[in-house]
Amino acid sequence: MNSRKLLNPWTLFGAAVLLAAGVLDNDYYLTLINFIGIHTLLVVGLNLLMGYGGQISLGHAAFFGLGSYTSAILTATYGINPWLALIAGLVVCGVTAFLIGVPALKLRGYYLAMATLGFGIIIYIVFTEAQTWTGGPSGLAGIPNLSVFGFKLDTPKRLYLLIWPVLGVILAISANLVDSRTGRALRALHEGENAAQSLGVDTSRLKLLIFIWSALYASLAGSFYAHTLNFIAPASFGFMFSIKLVTMVVLGGMASIWGSLLGAAVLTVLPEMLTVFHDYEVIIFGAILMVVMIFLPRGLVRGIMDLWAFRRYKKEGKIIA
Amino acid sequence: MLILELNGISVAFGGLQALDGVSFAVSPGTVQAVIGPNGAGKTTLFNLITGFLAPQSGKVVFQGDEIQGRPPHQVARLGIARTFQLVQLFDHMTLLENVMVGRHRLSKAGLLAGALRLPWTKHEEQSIRERALEELAFVGLSDRADQPAAALPLGLKRLLEIARALAAEPQLLLLDEPASGLDAVETERLQEMILALRERGLTILLVEHDMGLTMEVADRIAVLNYGQLIATGTPREVQRNPEVIAAYLGTDWQT
Repeated sequence: MNSRKLLNPWTLFGAAVLLAAGVLDNDYYLTLINFIGIHTLLVVGLNLLMGYGGQISLGHAAFFGLGSYTSAILTATYGINPWLALIAGLVVCGVTAFLIGVPALKLRGYYLAMATLGFGIIIYIVFTEAQTWTGGPSGLAGIPNLSVFGFKLDTPKRLYLLIWPVLGVILAISANLVDSRTGRALRALHEGENAAQSLGVDTSRLKLLIFIWSALYASLAGSFYAHTLNFIAPASFGFMFSIKLVTMVVLGGMASIWGSLLGAAVLTVLPEMLTVFHDYEVIIFGAILMVVMIFLPRGLVRGIMDLWAFRRYKKEGKIIA
Repeated sequence: MLILELNGISVAFGGLQALDGVSFAVSPGTVQAVIGPNGAGKTTLFNLITGFLAPQSGKVVFQGDEIQGRPPHQVARLGIARTFQLVQLFDHMTLLENVMVGRHRLSKAGLLAGALRLPWTKHEEQSIRERALEELAFVGLSDRADQPAAALPLGLKRLLEIARALAAEPQLLLLDEPASGLDAVETERLQEMILALRERGLTILLVEHDMGLTMEVADRIAVLNYGQLIATGTPREVQRNPEVIAAYLGTDWQT
């Protein structure tokens, strides 16, 4: 294998994941990294819908919550195997996305944003009010750990060894998808719906399909989240979290798989590092969203690459428009 | 047999009668032009054939099937491709990717097959890519295959749009003012291209204001004025039609 093949982002990703597994032994950092992984799952899914497909969702936290609560209720209350519960979560989210998507995806732009926003709020209210199942605002405790072949994933390190390889697979699948027939149709839908239709792309079906697909990512993330914390409460799945997810997508870069990882990482770590975040969270996230949209409309990853290319062109004396 | 038949098509937008009982037919392997002043209903006619509009009355028959009222993607899948008066490319995708989308109706890898990159999809991708490169070569854009579509000047964008439509291997190709924004050299090239496509056996429906081009390439011309068909015939017949001269051509084209 030549060096160019070895130096691709995937081998780097794999090496970094392995290296971190060997080096890191601090539970706090590992837990933080696990949350980055869970957030990245969510953000990649939302990015496929929003960044690639051009369909906004301001209610994505609802799918995260549905996956999470399905896992939590089935395991903690009914003692069902966590993996079966995870699959049940996927089914619940898939069906819900289908039922919501059919009417909502007929809408465009602001109207779609409002519809998904409303959906998110309704689901949040269900989590709070359906106390017999969800435990209401005070949350649901006693969620068991996941185990793999009888091996209990009860420490951050062990969870890390589940979450990050799974994330690697999901990232690879997503990158494949983007660079496939359906992925091209998806990007085409974003850039020119009429033109895509004129080439035989069934855009309504495609929108629904990618909406469901991204809901499945959120459900998987939700199940991992429930089994990581062993306790969940509605506050994690509210409107503010949906906005955070959108901010992560935008910061990392719309239509960028690696940008999703970066956006999720930055906005998971920052609030931990800077305690001021807790008091002014809404303001800071809003400010980040605005600044990125104005100065780096293509997000961090592409924005930095553009700057780099600009400098190189300048050095070579090429004029760019 | 006729490839396309319009039968008493009427479309109104509120009080405006955009098309009023228009009927004409297109024979396979010919270039049929539609001309007329701005607002005559030419683009409306295109939107109607391609499913972006449904007629209030009348029939559109394509290869024996009634297609009026079907959604655009279904019409496209039958083998009708089009370009747009205002070029509609996928700006952030490369030229090659733009044309590859054109292969959509002729390929079948779904979301899961693509995400899992199943072995058979690799062959499909390969053939999509090869066919797309052929069409790029046909319009002379091979050397820019990896550039984003947005980087092209307007003239080349029109060519790329044609390549994308051709990648769908349509039986009927609708070109909506393909020469607008092109310089003389590019128009010349477009003319050769249209004739080459007719040689391939493709049927072309053309809306165009460039009369030099239209008269050169069209086998038959239909003339619309205020939503009504005022004449059909060969270029020579249409040029001599007094009603057409009065409504659109003016006296310059009298021979």
